[in-house]
Amino acid sequence: MEAYLDNSATTCLCPTAKEKTVEAINKYYGNPSSLHSIGTAASRQLEAARAAVAATLSCESEEIVFTNSGTLANNAAIFGAAHALRRRGNRIVTTAIEHPSVLECMKALEKEGFEVIYLKPDRYGRINRRDLMQAVNAKTVLVSMMYVNNEVGSILPVEAARAAVRAAKAPALIHCDAVQAYGKLAVKPSRFGVDLLTASGHKINGPKGVGFLYVRKGVRLAPYILGGGQEGKIYSGTQPMPTIMGLWGAVEELPDPNTQLEKTRLLRDYFVSQAANIEGLVVNSCDEALPYIINISLPGHPSQTVLNFLSERGIYVSGGSACSKGHRSHVLTAMGLEPELTDSALRISLCRFTTKDEIDMLLCGLDAATVTLRKKK
Amino acid sequence: MKEVILIKNGELALKGLNRRTFEDVMIKNMRRRLADLGEFTFTPAQSTIKVEGEDGVDLEEAVERISKVFGIAGFSRALKLEKNFDLVLENAGKYLEQQLLEANTFKVTAKRSDKKFPYDSPQICLLLGERLLDEFDHLTVDVHNPDLTVTVEVRDHDIFVHANQIKGAGGMPVSTAGRAALMVSGGIDSPVAGWMMAKRGVELTAIHFASPPYTSERAEQKVHDLLAKVAKYAGRIELTVVPFTEIQEQIRDKCPEDLFTIIMRRVMVICAERLARYGGCGALITGESLGQVASQTLGAIGCTDAVATIPVFRPLIGMDKDEIIAISRKIDTFDISILPFEDCCTVFTPKHPRTRPKLPDVEAAEAALNLDELVERAVTNVRRIKIG
Repeated sequence: MEAYLDNSATTCLCPTAKEKTVEAINKYYGNPSSLHSIGTAASRQLEAARAAVAATLSCESEEIVFTNSGTLANNAAIFGAAHALRRRGNRIVTTAIEHPSVLECMKALEKEGFEVIYLKPDRYGRINRRDLMQAVNAKTVLVSMMYVNNEVGSILPVEAARAAVRAAKAPALIHCDAVQAYGKLAVKPSRFGVDLLTASGHKINGPKGVGFLYVRKGVRLAPYILGGGQEGKIYSGTQPMPTIMGLWGAVEELPDPNTQLEKTRLLRDYFVSQAANIEGLVVNSCDEALPYIINISLPGHPSQTVLNFLSERGIYVSGGSACSKGHRSHVLTAMGLEPELTDSALRISLCRFTTKDEIDMLLCGLDAATVTLRKKK
Repeated sequence: MKEVILIKNGELALKGLNRRTFEDVMIKNMRRRLADLGEFTFTPAQSTIKVEGEDGVDLEEAVERISKVFGIAGFSRALKLEKNFDLVLENAGKYLEQQLLEANTFKVTAKRSDKKFPYDSPQICLLLGERLLDEFDHLTVDVHNPDLTVTVEVRDHDIFVHANQIKGAGGMPVSTAGRAALMVSGGIDSPVAGWMMAKRGVELTAIHFASPPYTSERAEQKVHDLLAKVAKYAGRIELTVVPFTEIQEQIRDKCPEDLFTIIMRRVMVICAERLARYGGCGALITGESLGQVASQTLGAIGCTDAVATIPVFRPLIGMDKDEIIAISRKIDTFDISILPFEDCCTVFTPKHPRTRPKLPDVEAAEAALNLDELVERAVTNVRRIKIG
């Protein structure tokens, strides 16, 4: 038996996603932009997929732009918004714990002359609403905040961004990277008051190679990829039918997020209560974090060592930090964790298929690791 | 009319009676390296070896591979023609068009080993020079310092036309100097050390110490990838992976922390030597550079060497890191070497290792280990993988 507990990295393909992907490969090879009937058939499927995705967000089909990944959707949103509004101000507000596909865009925009404010998290990766209100001023053109942090699962106050922008009378667009939240929490952009929202297919048991960007009706973005003008001219390029239809399949299979959330919370609580018996184990995620993501540390044991140890036993988790040689996790560092916690951090991430047996396997594995492995002196 | 490769031996030409043996090994190495591209014939004559492929072989790839075969000082791609001078006049400009367009000045030289050929060398130069000046308006002749030298070689059976010689990998043909075992960790230095010894004609085998779970599968994959790069020069390399976890844990548990690294390296050398002798190797090769880290001080190297009974080659001993990096970039191993996976040398490394260890202290500390048994277990449980 194996325990795949790295679902925030990627997930396996669910049956409906598999079916739809294969259907696209077999039947819909046409270019959806072609005017003949082969193209029209593909176009119909494309629009049906778009409608299915839109339904999950309670938005309109035209508000969905398909991209090739969550990273590309984040890039398209951030550069598109900053470049479209650059004449109206130069401040951007984001957080220090965003995904690299946001942070690297921000660095590039800093070089272009934008002033980027990085909000600092507390020890559990939470962002303070007051800090957000203070950071947004009348010159702010973009607020970009993730919904759920990918390393510790903390939930960020995305809905407070609208109030902050309104209070500051800023021209800002609001972007939310919801890659880790989509399919796990109810994600409704109109209720949050966000203009742009990113999600990815392979985190919800869909295929790799597809993501999407929600763009609120009326919002104009500078095009990110230039070309034939597909996807509302924001993201040109012939749409990849197999992965888009795979995403559609994954979306069709998504369970009700709230019921699933409660089930997962029980598993998380079980893990945390049992883990208290493992010597030295520290839980870095807070109680109100998304229960799908649990960040822990085993001080004295480098992440990579425990990861290898578990991997040999068929238990798959990821290192809280990218690797052991000095590249510490920017999220845990921003949270102010001690180096011994950061260097020994592990991320356990669940999905709707995770079972209690898998959690038990993990608990056993972690316990064995602390007994068997020699600590660094 | 056909394109061939003309190889110039390097140092080999200086060898006396052994020259043929060296040449034969070099040809064998080339033959092996080109084998999957198709049939090639190798014809040695004087200090040149003619390499001719069957019709339709990928000559670009053959040239790329030959540029990495040690023992070759330089080589040229040449046009092989029947012995008819009109053919030379007609085809030389077409064959060298790109190079002639890139040059501003040129000259023609001729080598005529067939003295019965109706044109002598000055005539050949004059006639072909005129013809090329006619064909390429922008060119002028410069006999002292030309951008391009067009060479016409009249041999017994064929005429060859070629331009500037391409620099070869140099050195001596691999395996003419015997066999040695490279201790490879996955860092920047060891692949460079292996490459340097291969350049001197050493056939390489490799030894890697793996300590799962402290080191990962990726760390070992990295070693495979590095050796595959070195193998482009050195030929096929057999890698022996030694399970090292137990030994490292024992040293960690039983020996003083500040001697951890030095004792670990001594045990590595003991294991490596056992395996090297078993594999018919006459020496060990390491990537040590004097003073680079605590285990590479004079004192530390002295302690490590004390357990070796075959020579330990350290070709990088007097090199600076930037010099080593320059070579690792040249042989394309640098980008792999810097991938951040923990390797056996960094597991349990002490904060303050002893830089001037005394041999008696080290030997006394080591006595806490049941070395014979540990080494025996490690070397009998190795895995062997062929790379390249």
